[in-house]
This record gives sequence, C-alpha cells and structure tokens, in this order.
Amino acid sequence: MTVEPFIGLSALLFAIGAIGVLVRRNAIVVFMCVELMLNACNLSFVTFARAHGNLDGQVAAFFVMVVAAAEVVVGLAIIVSIFRTRRSASVDDASLLKL
Amino acid sequence: MTAVTVVFAAMGLVALVSAFLVVTSDQIIHAALWLVVTLGAVAGLYVLLAAELVAWVQVLIYMGSVVVLLLFALMLTRTPTGPGSATVTRNQPLATVVAGATTVALGAVMWAGFGGEVIDEDEVRVGTAARLGDAIFRTWVLPFEVLSVVLLAALVGAIVLTRRGER
Repeated sequence: MTVEPFIGLSALLFAIGAIGVLVRRNAIVVFMCVELMLNACNLSFVTFARAHGNLDGQVAAFFVMVVAAAEVVVGLAIIVSIFRTRRSASVDDASLLKL
Repeated sequence: MTAVTVVFAAMGLVALVSAFLVVTSDQIIHAALWLVVTLGAVAGLYVLLAAELVAWVQVLIYMGSVVVLLLFALMLTRTPTGPGSATVTRNQPLATVVAGATTVALGAVMWAGFGGEVIDEDEVRVGTAARLGDAIFRTWVLPFEVLSVVLLAALVGAIVLTRRGER
C-alpha cells in the first residue's frame, strides 16, 4: 500500500475543518472544526512515521495533541468570559478585541 | 484488495462522512457527538498504521476529555441547542471555494512531494508505549519539558481568565 490514500484523506479532513471554521458562527463549533484540522495533520504525521519506519512522527503527533489540549483550555476560558460580558457565544459579537 | 485496504476504506469513509456532519449538522450537540465518531475513526486509522499508543491517547484525551470539555462549555454558555440553533454565516459560497482550493493545493503539493512512497506491510514497528517512551525521554526530552511548561501556563491562564470579581 502507498501513502497516497492516507495523505488524500488527511487533506480532505483538513479542508472540511477549514470550511467549518469559515462557515460556522458559534465559537464552540469553530473550536470543534479546529480540532478536526489538527487531527488531519496528526494523521499525516503518523502516516509518514509508518512509511519511513521510525517513531519521530508519532512523537510529533503527541506534541500536537498536548498543544491542542492547551489551546482548548485557554480558548474555552476566553469564550466563557466573553459570554459573561456579551451574553453570546457567537464569533460575530466578539469583534472588538476586548472583553 | 488486501485486508488493510478494506479497513482503510471503511474507516476513511466513516471519518469523512462524520466530519462532514460536524460541519453541516443543524444542532450543536449533534455536531459534538459526530466529532466523537470522527475522532474514533481516526483512532482506528492510527491502529491501522501501527501507532498503538497514539490511538489510545487519542481515545483518552480527545474522545474522553476534549469533547466533554466542549459539551461543558456549551452548557456554561447556555447556547441554544434546539433544531436550527447552529447558524451559519452568509459567506458559504466563498468558504466552499476557499476550502476547495485548499484541498487541491494541499493534495497537489503532497502528491508531488511524497507520491509513490510505499508502506512496507511486512516490516512493522508497532509504536508501543515502551518504544515511544524511549524516544520521548531520550531524543525529545527538551521539547517535552518545554511542552509541560506550556501546559502549566495554559492551566494558570485559564484560571486567571475565568476568575470573577476584582477586575
């Protein structure tokens, strides 16, 4: 088996996530789509690790997961504090770069 | 058609369809639950690629905690969750064009760069916890420590951001 099917799937997942980030209005759904894009990247990391026969790609996938977890924690804290002042979780209402 | 191809086709189809439903689903809670299906299918693909530990961590961290955290945030922000609650912006056609262009560009670059690389199905090095721990604590120990500081900073930052009063 070649790497092309895995790479193609990863590119498609990334594009679906990108469409979600551009189209959806609720900040939490935008977050879900970002997770989708990060997963697509991880899939290609692991694919290349398998193809090249070493484990560095899998370690990189771990690091991406840790950064994603940190991103979710801080992002949700920001969303909750924006909701407290604006009473809305829509990305259109958070346009002033301040709480 | 080998068994690997069949399993890949099934998992890939599940991942793509459920990812599409995350983006298009009418209700926000449904989108979150479809995300669980997508992440599970990707975990299956990791197993197919002999990345055992990555697959388990995906199940634990993503399906276990990240999705639960997202659902908690949905409850905390009292987002409307009924049918039609997941509104979309007006720039749908433009977004479709941009995402289509992204797919074509990504696919073309990766195809040109790595097309034809073969996955040797006979030579398998399973990414077990022992091997990955070895790699992380020998070769990658410095990035790993830096990452733990990043995680601590995120934790403290989240607490400071959500604290009430004295602002």
